[in-house]
Amino acid sequence: MSNRTLSALVAGAFVAAVGSLAATPAPAQSKAEMEKMMKEKQAATMKALEGGKMEKCFGVALKGQNDCYAGAGTTCAGTSTVDYQGNAFKLEAKGSCVTMQTPKGPGSLTPKA
Amino acid sequence: MQPLAERQRSFAAALLAPALPAPIGLIGPDGEPSPRRFAVYRNNVVVGLTETLKDAFPAVHRIVGADFFRAMARAYVMVEPPRSPIMLDYGAGFPDFIQGFEPAAVLPYLADVARIERAWTEAYHAPEASPIDPKAFTTIAPDELPGMRLMLHPSLRVVRSEFPALTIWQMNVAGGIPAPVDPAAGGEDVLVVRPLADVEVRSIPEGSLEFIQALGDGRPVLAALEAALTANSRFDLSGNLSDLLGAGALVGYRLAPDTRRP
Repeated sequence: MSNRTLSALVAGAFVAAVGSLAATPAPAQSKAEMEKMMKEKQAATMKALEGGKMEKCFGVALKGQNDCYAGAGTTCAGTSTVDYQGNAFKLEAKGSCVTMQTPKGPGSLTPKA
Repeated sequence: MQPLAERQRSFAAALLAPALPAPIGLIGPDGEPSPRRFAVYRNNVVVGLTETLKDAFPAVHRIVGADFFRAMARAYVMVEPPRSPIMLDYGAGFPDFIQGFEPAAVLPYLADVARIERAWTEAYHAPEASPIDPKAFTTIAPDELPGMRLMLHPSLRVVRSEFPALTIWQMNVAGGIPAPVDPAAGGEDVLVVRPLADVEVRSIPEGSLEFIQALGDGRPVLAALEAALTANSRFDLSGNLSDLLGAGALVGYRLAPDTRRP
């Protein structure tokens, strides 16, 4: 297509796009409306925190508590030295990927036609 | 005693290298070296980082399961520790890492799902900007439209996948229900944007990604249209403009400088 044809196409497309949106409510909100929405979200979050529905996130251990972050029953023997990139290492995914498998298997790849 | 900077370096190195001994001089309250206490600290550092990754990539976590994710995240933490103390930014390299992670090769779509999640996080924390009112374009002379540059919302991200990564992501986030998916079912291009307070993730048709990338590169509308048409000869400009405007993805425009002189 020539530049002239494309340029005419551009002009027409903007008219059509703006026209189609005029029928729908404008998504743009004023800054004041956005701030109001933010405050409402903040208030809802504070309410959830106070109601015990959400846990505060302590990333840093409280003074005097040197427990393993990983919790009881986990090892604090330092980190594993296993080489995950090695072929000999066996690691099998067992999450929803199992549900999402088709009869073809998890990694069946047919080249796109 | 060694200078402080050197001691900090050997401490940091030992943190992520379990084969290394605890740093010299690290003693417990009894005055004796304490490798066990250092082991607790090592573990806490790694667990803190892998928990951060779990929070940032919940769909990947659900797809592979907790044990696999923990192992994969640990491997990533070893090769790419954080560069900044700001945890909400950690994990930019995780999708690429997943791409090359041999045990994940059976799930070829996994890296792209991670890319969608990374785009979500970046969009969520991106700067704010007000979407442009579509009516602004009616004030521009038609012959100035092709040379115009469109400004994209700072939160806008696009992800290309040759797999149905968006469908898979949707199945594995809040409310989604995993069901069989054929990885060879075809690709999906994804737009992520946070025009106001909520992140939107949506599928975009063929050619849209090229169009958006050209606009993002600062190219005028005409050039972006050409790029889109090359990808998809049936690219619908008005439909795409309408979708972008409706999604709040456009925040402004710049007209080409007037080169005509009287």
